[in-house]
Amino acid sequence: MRFEAPTTVNAAVKLLAGKAGVVRVLAGGTDLLVQMRTDRVAPDLIVDVKRIPSLRTVSAKAGAFRIGAAVAGAELGEHKALRKAWPGVVEAANLIGSHQIQSRATLAGNLCNASPAADSVPALVAAGASAVIAGPRGKRTVPIEAVATGPGKTSLKRGEMVEAILLPKRPPRSGDAYLRFIPRSEMDIAVVGAGVNLTLDAKGVCTAARVALGAVAERVILVPDAAKALIGTTVDAQALERLAAVASAACRPIDDKRGTKEFRIKVAGVLARRAAETALKRARGT
Amino acid sequence: MMPKVQVSTTINGDAVSYLCEVDETLLDVLRDRLGLTGSKEGCGTGDCGACSVMLDGRVVCSCLVLGAEAEGRDVRTVEGIATADKLHPLQEKFLEFAALQCGICTPGFLISAKELLDRNPNPTETEIRFGLAGNLCRCTGYDKIVRAVQAAAAEMRKG
Amino acid sequence: MPLDANLDPRTHEFKVVGTRPLRPDGVDKVTGRAKFGADANAPGMLVGKILRSPHPHARVRSINTAKAAKLPGVKAIVTRDDFPASVDPSLRDVLYNVMAREKALYDGHAVAAVAATSAAVARKALKLIQVDYEILPHVTDVDAAMKPGAPILHKDMITENVEPAPKKASNIAGRHEFGHGDPEVGFKQANHVVERVFKTEATHQGYIEPHACLASVGTDGTGELWVCTQGHFMVRDTCAALVGMDVSKLRVTASEIGGGFGGKTTVFIEPVALALSRKAGKPVKLVMSREEVFRASGPTSSTSMTVKVGVTNAGRITGGYAELRFQGGAFTGSPVVLGAMSAFACYDLEHVKVVGYDVVTNRPKQAAYRAPGAPMAAFAVESVIDELAKKIGMDPIELRLKNAAKEGTKSSYGPKYNSIGLIDCLEAARKHPHYSAPLGPNQGRGVAAGFWFNFGGQTCVSLNVNIDGTVALVVGTPDIGGSRASMCLMAAEELGIPYDKVRAIVADTSSLGYNDISEGSRVTFSTGLATINAARDAVTKLCARAAKIWGIPADAVVWENGHAKPSGPNAGNFEPLSLEDLAKKAAKTGGPIAGHCEVNADGAGVSFAVHMADAEVDRETGRVQIKRYTVVQDAGKAIHPSYVEGQFQGGAAQGIGWAINEEYIYGKDGRLQNPGFLDYRIPVASDLPMIDTVIVEVPNPGHPYGVRGVGETSIVPPLAAIANAVSAAAGVRMTQLPMSAPHVLKAMDGAKGGGARR
Repeated sequence: MRFEAPTTVNAAVKLLAGKAGVVRVLAGGTDLLVQMRTDRVAPDLIVDVKRIPSLRTVSAKAGAFRIGAAVAGAELGEHKALRKAWPGVVEAANLIGSHQIQSRATLAGNLCNASPAADSVPALVAAGASAVIAGPRGKRTVPIEAVATGPGKTSLKRGEMVEAILLPKRPPRSGDAYLRFIPRSEMDIAVVGAGVNLTLDAKGVCTAARVALGAVAERVILVPDAAKALIGTTVDAQALERLAAVASAACRPIDDKRGTKEFRIKVAGVLARRAAETALKRARGT
Repeated sequence: MMPKVQVSTTINGDAVSYLCEVDETLLDVLRDRLGLTGSKEGCGTGDCGACSVMLDGRVVCSCLVLGAEAEGRDVRTVEGIATADKLHPLQEKFLEFAALQCGICTPGFLISAKELLDRNPNPTETEIRFGLAGNLCRCTGYDKIVRAVQAAAAEMRKG
Repeated sequence: MPLDANLDPRTHEFKVVGTRPLRPDGVDKVTGRAKFGADANAPGMLVGKILRSPHPHARVRSINTAKAAKLPGVKAIVTRDDFPASVDPSLRDVLYNVMAREKALYDGHAVAAVAATSAAVARKALKLIQVDYEILPHVTDVDAAMKPGAPILHKDMITENVEPAPKKASNIAGRHEFGHGDPEVGFKQANHVVERVFKTEATHQGYIEPHACLASVGTDGTGELWVCTQGHFMVRDTCAALVGMDVSKLRVTASEIGGGFGGKTTVFIEPVALALSRKAGKPVKLVMSREEVFRASGPTSSTSMTVKVGVTNAGRITGGYAELRFQGGAFTGSPVVLGAMSAFACYDLEHVKVVGYDVVTNRPKQAAYRAPGAPMAAFAVESVIDELAKKIGMDPIELRLKNAAKEGTKSSYGPKYNSIGLIDCLEAARKHPHYSAPLGPNQGRGVAAGFWFNFGGQTCVSLNVNIDGTVALVVGTPDIGGSRASMCLMAAEELGIPYDKVRAIVADTSSLGYNDISEGSRVTFSTGLATINAARDAVTKLCARAAKIWGIPADAVVWENGHAKPSGPNAGNFEPLSLEDLAKKAAKTGGPIAGHCEVNADGAGVSFAVHMADAEVDRETGRVQIKRYTVVQDAGKAIHPSYVEGQFQGGAAQGIGWAINEEYIYGKDGRLQNPGFLDYRIPVASDLPMIDTVIVEVPNPGHPYGVRGVGETSIVPPLAAIANAVSAAAGVRMTQLPMSAPHVLKAMDGAKGGGARR
């Protein structure tokens, strides 16, 4: 087993694309080390990307944000401008695990681990975020929802790594929120996750919305019909009820040790509604 | 035979060097190579916090950090909380408030609580509880731990 | 040894007992200096690892270790062939659990072990051991295991205590019955009878420290073992038998222990470590991973229970019946007997009967978990009592007061109670502000009572006087809750010296006589009683030394406030001699001064508790939050109140986890699905409120200061208190634990639709 800590993206890509057998990117390590310990993966090469300066910064330009792939959740939580613009994305990132996990876990890692229950992903999908992917053939940018293809699987090709997460500039009167259901108050993997992002016009009518659900399918799903339930309305009780029903109907969950199908379907609707209520408050500036 | 990694780091303020395997965790290194057994392994998967240490000023589970990653960084463990002759207010209050019964989770709690108070010197009860949610205790029900942290915070705010 | 005629703990002015000094092991524990089970190392030490069956039920046809033995760095491998072919019947199950014999009986059952120069080599070696399994059908549910046609674990298991004895083997190890009178007669006298079936899932003690030991056996057959355990004398004697050593040749040292709660009252890995060390000729360190702890140490039983209780409109309980079905894992020994004995122990009943079935299943062999058997039984009985209180429109505490056991009551398990504190606890609970605090929307309040026997047992204490008048107290019961502080308090009290002058250690097995395990809430009672007697023994000797110095008869000297004094003006006019004075003169007056006590302590006092819980239910998700919690418990006499409160709070917290989220989840394949702290969900700090405590003190006549055990009673009421609270908040009776959100949601939805109540 080899350990490398390159200081540039090019050097990292070269290592990832190289001949060595099983190669893994190490950012926060909160998934990788657990998988190594439980014998789910035995890497031949570990590439620590935390020494690449461009991966460790958050930059803002004209209202849009670029979050380096190795920025930890705790650092996101401390970034005032990011928290103000995207409270849903930040609260989702900050829900991953404990403070100890927060000191290490990254958005990119959460995304590429491709658990259907990943906390940050529904919020990123709802936000319309994208991932900048660096590889042997150059860089490409894809919508977040195109990265995970199934449990533990991504659309990244060999030698590719996520370099940054991009959040678009927001129209005024926008708000986002992420809620999840867990049995305890902390520490659990989401049984259901709901991310809602919406924009209102000057009259308080919803002009744009995105609704994403986690842990109710083989990957995070964007639910356009749920968004349609909100667009053109003032997000009143009726619209919210429709939203909940559509969200529940869109689920295709499994029974597992963390929740039953029945429970996930029901709670997806409840959480989508509650997340929309919070997003609405934030969009109204209240 | 796996090539070993050579690491130079700082632990509790002292320069330390060691060799470790690639897949050895920082916890393994602290306990098995450096004799710093204060940090404990309760689960090995980041779910209990008994292995909590500070890495560059942030509390982490050392079972989820590779020994190799400590290169050039600053590591603080429970063994470094007290000064040579004086306990930290958190340590004193933990004793005074009986915030430990078996004591296995205590090193992790002290590290987490210290980081919490360094960040937020006047936390509410809720902030303390959520701030320490990454540390499991099976003996106390957390009541006396929370009270000890509140008392230490008050003491630290005074001077 | 009974309460002194001269000392009424209620009015006696204790000098140090009842205060809250710092514990002697405290500084070590907050600085990382304290050494726990996995913290010891030895030169040349090997790492031990255990190979475990992935199958819940399989015949182990053969084990081929040849490839593994050839791996460089592997120094020893052991299998069933390295353990005795036969042992004392009382140890057979322990041995077969430590290392599978003919069959692997659960997912995680040990089948082989290696000792190697590193963990990596050991792990690799395990993968090279070839085990030929013949997979057999399995059963993990207690009710399913009792049905005819269920896969049979032990072909020679004939249910005990059944007349006539069954002709065929089954999974029912035994039937047990307790009680008196005839409940059917009682039910006929009742105005209301409620019968319900309850189920609870298996839970684990959840100690944060995995089992760990360091074993070192020399070529002369002597061994040393460092181990985290609740009973190192038990470990010594059991390991000596299982490994084939003289007891005197094995020296066991108890490390600091990172939690036990009953789970460390037996052996799992220790005989294996010793066997490996003997074979390798080197020390072997064996530590369980968290996954191994869940799969292969001793969780408590999952249960299925039927309870039937009848009550009159005036609130008199006329009859109580329960059938308890507990599975204790792959070997006999579920705590159904203790569950059956304690189920109705809070009540004064003319007609009561409890039948308990001890069942085996393909799960790990259960170990004690804090008041074993009682929390489940109390969950069932206290839920039915709660339902009956609502039926007759009576306050739940009032109903319990009307039927409460008191001094002279014939208990449901046989003996008559002497002085007990249940009524005191009920009245204190009723007076507590929590009981009358207003409730918010979607909130419910639950109350429950609980009981535990508490135990005595074999105990030795030595108390040695040092040259400067300080005292070395040597006890043999591992400190699992702060007991060293309590022992120092009791010794200091008897000797009349400051607490700080007494230092307690837990001695190894070669340094002290036999001590029973730290379990059964026995330590403050038994080791405390022995400490007090050892101190009194020392005092007698100190007085004799003073008498010698003064040239007066020994019985003319009394001990007061840490000094020997002439008993009266007739005895002589001498200045009192302090402990320090006498210590300095010890060599010249006869040699070292020490007090001893070797005893099989009896007279432990039973204890009762009443818990109150407020729960809030999210009606759309079923999630339960505990908003307020109060423990009222009789401690007899709180030697160190902070540690008594700690026991109350800790037991409550475990009960809360058990009631709401903790459970062993088995797949259809019979494998444990959640062997980790991620999905075995114990409460975290943000899950719990502050836990208020009220220490009631009704002295136990069997202890010089009135001490009753406190460690276990606190986990008995929570399951029911919370179930009663959630049932009230959700508007539907909850009969299954844990009350996780999906269950609560389903129950509420079922009730709404007018469906059958679970």
